Amino acid sequence: MKSTEARRAFSQIKGGGGVVGQGIEVKDLVVERGKREVLRGITCTVPTGQVTGLLGPSGSGKTTLIRAIVGVQIVKSGSVTVFGEPAGSAELRRTVGYVTQAPSVYADLTVRENVRYFAALYGLGAPEAERAIDDVGLKEAAGQLVGNLSGGQRSRASLACALIGTPRLLVLDEPTVGLDPLLRADLWAKFHALAKAGTTLLVSSHVMDEAGRCDRLLLIREGRLIGDDTPAAIRERAGTDDLEEAFLRRIREQVTA
Amino acid sequence: MILLATTQRILRQLRHDRRTVALLIVVPVLLLALIYFMYDGAGNTFDRIALTMLGIFPFVIMFLVTSIAMLRERTTGTLERLLTTPMGKLDLLFGYGLAFSLAAAVQGVVATGAAYWLLGLTTMGSAGLVVVVAVLNAVLGVALGLFCSAFARTEFQAVQFLPVVVVPQILLCGLFVPREQMAGWLEAISNALPLTYAVDALLQVGQFAEPTSEMWWDLVIVAGAAVVALVLAAATLRRRTA
Ligand SMILES: Nc1ncnc2c1ncn2[C@@H]1O[C@H](COP(=O)(O)OP(=O)(O)OP(=O)(O)O)[C@@H](O)[C@H]1O
Ligand SMILES: [Mg+2]
Repeated sequence: MKSTEARRAFSQIKGGGGVVGQGIEVKDLVVERGKREVLRGITCTVPTGQVTGLLGPSGSGKTTLIRAIVGVQIVKSGSVTVFGEPAGSAELRRTVGYVTQAPSVYADLTVRENVRYFAALYGLGAPEAERAIDDVGLKEAAGQLVGNLSGGQRSRASLACALIGTPRLLVLDEPTVGLDPLLRADLWAKFHALAKAGTTLLVSSHVMDEAGRCDRLLLIREGRLIGDDTPAAIRERAGTDDLEEAFLRRIREQVTA
Repeated sequence: MILLATTQRILRQLRHDRRTVALLIVVPVLLLALIYFMYDGAGNTFDRIALTMLGIFPFVIMFLVTSIAMLRERTTGTLERLLTTPMGKLDLLFGYGLAFSLAAAVQGVVATGAAYWLLGLTTMGSAGLVVVVAVLNAVLGVALGLFCSAFARTEFQAVQFLPVVVVPQILLCGLFVPREQMAGWLEAISNALPLTYAVDALLQVGQFAEPTSEMWWDLVIVAGAAVVALVLAAATLRRRTA
């Protein structure tokens, strides 16, 4: 407990000084799934207090990398540390919020019952649950069974469960899929507000127009990291303002190299 | 705290599913009534079979319900999600154990009450002990269900564990053929199956006015088997998966 406090204070000092600390450090990570190498030696870092985007085509290994970061993926070699602790350690489970790609909430419970249950897992009560429900704009639907919600509402219910307890690291696997532009803008504003307050966010997406909203981008393709930079730097290096085009050029570079 | 929250959550899920609750309560009573009419006028055969059934119902039903519930946690991703929270594995396993034992207690009281007062079941021992054995059997069913669900990837596989794990125990528990009349090797297998002891405990309640030491030993064995199954379930529940 003490050491967490110390580290928190430490990273705050660093954040306050304008120097960004490392929230996540991934070293030479190799993951095999179903006898195939899905991550082939990924090394990257995710800075604290920023929104980092994890971009890549479908099947490139985004979810697998995220699973390794939250500590539920069996890894073949390499290491993942979060705030200096090995990924998935007991201490981290209090400080990491995780939104799975497919909403992981109980369909046979109401939104409120779901969020209150997750609040209870962190020793928190009803007020925190209500706040999280409000944060994702589900106040009106709070009494509805999750099984009867629309797809977008359901993924927001899942998001609400992860916002509980103001985690230091929020890992979101395609949280804005199926949401209308207005809600998406709302959520991205929320993400940036959280980052400003010191939360570290890692958000995966394969929608390129979301990439521009990130402070930093990790590009992966076929289990390899092919870019790790700010959106501006990636645009500049590719010589185009269009991030999608920049990403495509980076892939072509990689293929010909 | 997390344990109780989990128990509450599972009971809430059950409560939203009214039809399952109704089936859980009504079906054992209907089956007992069926047995009553089947053995009408066959002396005390009804007493023996109904008593055994009061132990078998909660075991089978809770085994099935638990296997499916746990498989759902796995396939909907809620299990993966829970394992990234401060929840301990035992919070989850005991949460299921507690929630479904409570459900089994309600079921047991209704079924036992119906058997004694509507269908005229008579035993030397007390009806309260019958309910105790029924609840313990439910715990055994839950524990085995939790353990077996680790080996099922699909609903079809989960359902197949019923004939593999449950049916042999019913066949060899002494309900169909008295255990003394079985071939030696069958009796040896029967001796290794926990349901055998649960059924023996019930028959002890049927025969003796006071709880016998054999009955207490039976209960200890059933409880021990449930604990072993829970420990195995905890050991097979992995935070990290492929
Ligand atoms: N359980 C599994 N067993 C075997 N292979 C898997 C499993 N899950 C994923 N894979 C494979 O691992 C690779 C990476 O999958 P992953 O889910 O990480 O991709 P992704 O980048 O998240 O894709 P998407 O954008 O479609 O969600 C894919 O080729 C996929 O087929
Ligand atoms: Mg994915």
